[in-house]
Amino acid sequence: MSPEQPYVNLYQANRDSLIAVSPKVMNTLRDEAINVFAQKGFPSRKVEAYRYIDVPQAFEGKDSYAMPQPTLPLSAAQQGVITLNDEVLLNKYYAKAADNEDAITALNTAFSHECICIHLGKNQVLDRPIELTDMFASEEDQMEHKRILIVLEEGASASIMLRYAANNKTHILTTQVVEVFVGDNARLELYELEETHTSFTRFNNVYLQLGRYANVKHNNITLFNGLTRNTIKATLAGEFSEVTLNGCVMADKSQVVDNNTLIRHEVPNCTSHELYKYVVDEQSVGAFAGKVYVAEGAQKTVSEEVNQNICASDDARMYTQPMLEIYADDVKCSHGSTVGKLDDMALFYMRQRGIPLAEARMLLMQAFVGQVIDEIPIAPLRDRLHIMIEQRLKGELDKCVGCARCK
Amino acid sequence: MSENKNAYVREVANEQYKYGFTTDIHTEIIEKGLNEDVVRLISQKKGEPDWLLDFRLNAFRHWTSMEQPNWGHLILPEIDYQAISYYADPTSKSKSDDGKPKEIDPELIKTFDKLGIPLEERMALSGTAVDAVMDSVSLKTTHSKALEEKGIIFCSISEAVKRFPELVRQYLGSVVPYRDNYFAALNSAVFSDGSFVYIPKNTRCPMELSTYFRINARNIGQFERTLIVCDDNSYVSYLEGCTAPMRDENQLHAAIVEIVVMENAEVKYSTVQNWYPGDSEGKGGVLNLVTKRGHLRGNNSKLSWTQVETGSAITWKYPSCVLSGDNSQAEFYSVAVTNNFQQADTGTKMIHIGKNTKSTIISKGISAGRSQNSYRGLVKIGAKAEGARNYSSCDSLLLGSSCGAHTFPYIDCHNNSAIVEHEATTSKISEDQLFYCNQRGIPTEEAVGLIVNGYAKDVINKLPMEFAVEAQKLLSVSLEGSVG
Repeated sequence: MSPEQPYVNLYQANRDSLIAVSPKVMNTLRDEAINVFAQKGFPSRKVEAYRYIDVPQAFEGKDSYAMPQPTLPLSAAQQGVITLNDEVLLNKYYAKAADNEDAITALNTAFSHECICIHLGKNQVLDRPIELTDMFASEEDQMEHKRILIVLEEGASASIMLRYAANNKTHILTTQVVEVFVGDNARLELYELEETHTSFTRFNNVYLQLGRYANVKHNNITLFNGLTRNTIKATLAGEFSEVTLNGCVMADKSQVVDNNTLIRHEVPNCTSHELYKYVVDEQSVGAFAGKVYVAEGAQKTVSEEVNQNICASDDARMYTQPMLEIYADDVKCSHGSTVGKLDDMALFYMRQRGIPLAEARMLLMQAFVGQVIDEIPIAPLRDRLHIMIEQRLKGELDKCVGCARCK
Repeated sequence: MSENKNAYVREVANEQYKYGFTTDIHTEIIEKGLNEDVVRLISQKKGEPDWLLDFRLNAFRHWTSMEQPNWGHLILPEIDYQAISYYADPTSKSKSDDGKPKEIDPELIKTFDKLGIPLEERMALSGTAVDAVMDSVSLKTTHSKALEEKGIIFCSISEAVKRFPELVRQYLGSVVPYRDNYFAALNSAVFSDGSFVYIPKNTRCPMELSTYFRINARNIGQFERTLIVCDDNSYVSYLEGCTAPMRDENQLHAAIVEIVVMENAEVKYSTVQNWYPGDSEGKGGVLNLVTKRGHLRGNNSKLSWTQVETGSAITWKYPSCVLSGDNSQAEFYSVAVTNNFQQADTGTKMIHIGKNTKSTIISKGISAGRSQNSYRGLVKIGAKAEGARNYSSCDSLLLGSSCGAHTFPYIDCHNNSAIVEHEATTSKISEDQLFYCNQRGIPTEEAVGLIVNGYAKDVINKLPMEFAVEAQKLLSVSLEGSVG
């Protein structure tokens, strides 16, 4: 049996119950999505964008996991901004950015049964950041297909944090599709923080659409995980828009983190920045592929991409692939990537001054990924992340920190 | 200004591909098509031993089981492998019994004179020994006698198969096995001529060795095979040049270059590739699908690839280095220029296996017209490559708003003591630079030529003198029509 068949079977078995609880627009796309998925299949390593992870293996045997019952987790909506299955919004935006080109997105579209909607009206400015925590506390092995829709109308402004945590060591497989539409002059800071555990498999596809003068900062922080694949596609569709994709990864044990980003400059005068830093230790595997695409006619594009990595052990592996695909001539695009080790001179300097080797190493690693954290504008969040990274390096960050549930 | 400019642009744009003439000479061409009989026929014509025929047949059988790859950033036209002739011999009339031409047809000598490659030994002055290959046959190798006195073997590969079968057998296919890729399998099945170089131990080759490839006949494919072996403590610098006539249909060129570098040895391999690029409408041109690889077997060995790619409708090749020997060093310098409808997907692979191995990649892409120019490179650090070091830099320059410049670098690092750096930039010629030149009385077009040449200087400087001059001229001709 092909690796896809169990999922097609699972879909057929659950189709009716999914349809019963989901909004209409989600149901209308389901059948087509599963067909596309069955036809395309899980991307193999021969598919360029998935060459660093074994997707069929990641999904193998997980179809027996429990499907969660539809729930309504949102009791307290913040200023009416967060809703579940907002039909008006879904009709306008659902699956408009996330197409079935990616088989994982197709699978998600077929299975997802509810959509968390965050909607900011014209010129609406949130004074406080929103944090959505996805806490997996299931006692049994579980499979989840999540869907989030974020829409910022013209001139709106928000900071949103999506946090993924798990407090049981059960096997969990999630796919998540986040669609983000940022209107003209709107501003969004979107943080994603993962602190799950080693038996957690997570596929996360984020689609960002930017209008004129829109500004999006996406921060993608992986502190603790099992196998994580983030696919981030940012489309600069309005002139003078600006996108920043930052990320840092700390991986050890046999963790696998694969970040695949694509920034599409469709129109002239847009700017993009990208900074990703990895520390891979023990037997972990880090992969980064970042492509900047500049369409024909997208003149005056400015784009810079930096990917820096540290391999901290003999068995850790790092793959990096920064790519430029450019069809316009009046552009300034650059990328740089490095893979290296901790600076021996710096270690020696610190040891000379009485700092033990382990601590010196930790300080250097902390400073290395700290660059990504330092770019975060929200001070309390920045401080918290610095502390979390320190704890992570000391091995104290077992599950999660700062969350009321564990206290 | 615009009137003046247009006049200049018209003038240069009309500049024809200089080497586009054809030589009218009786050429024996075998029937079109490819099957086992054709492979046998080629082998028989060259009077090859059985082991080589078996090698070819195995390659052919493997090839039939493969599919043409399509992963490049290229639009490769449909190639009808049955519509090509796989062997064309322009010397068939003047063959003596041993298969080597008794004397070369004056028409051929004239052709090579026209290309600036005199086949007479007076070339000694310029210190270069030449192996001239037209279509499927090597015409002449100059200076081979003088070189042989030093123990250096420089001859066509067909001759080497007859005279030094043990050496050829030992190394042929050892760097690029026929299973390597689709075009390598095709070449291994039908390869015709090319050069064989063997530098014995403790020898510094006293002159530059060079092979000049020329496609002349219509509807043939050229499948040359070059094998260079540089033994312990030796040095050789090898140059390769190529041209083809202007034809409306695409011509296929699928070559293999294998280089073996032993302990403390050094090989410099330079290419100025000027195959016919097709006309300004994108019609015709050579499909240049080549597998080039060097194996740095010995400790402290060194290999350097330098390439200037200006021709070919499609260039799809990655001159690569496998750094097995400890402390071995590899370098790759490339300038790839594309204009009109040319497409190039080129770069290198550096596979670090030995300890303290070092590699440097400098790639400069220049695209103009409606062309697409991609750099694709792999730097792989094996788990045992302690202290490996790589530095890559690839810059792209865009001239014109309809062309594309792309960069696809891959870094696979399996060792924590390695340091790998990659950087790339893409930009156009800055207004400031042009303004500065204009201010000093240099017209815009000349200024562009100046800036482009300066931009490519890093690489051109690595070429041997004669080639450097040629390359610089080529750069100007390839580009100037496109500047506006």
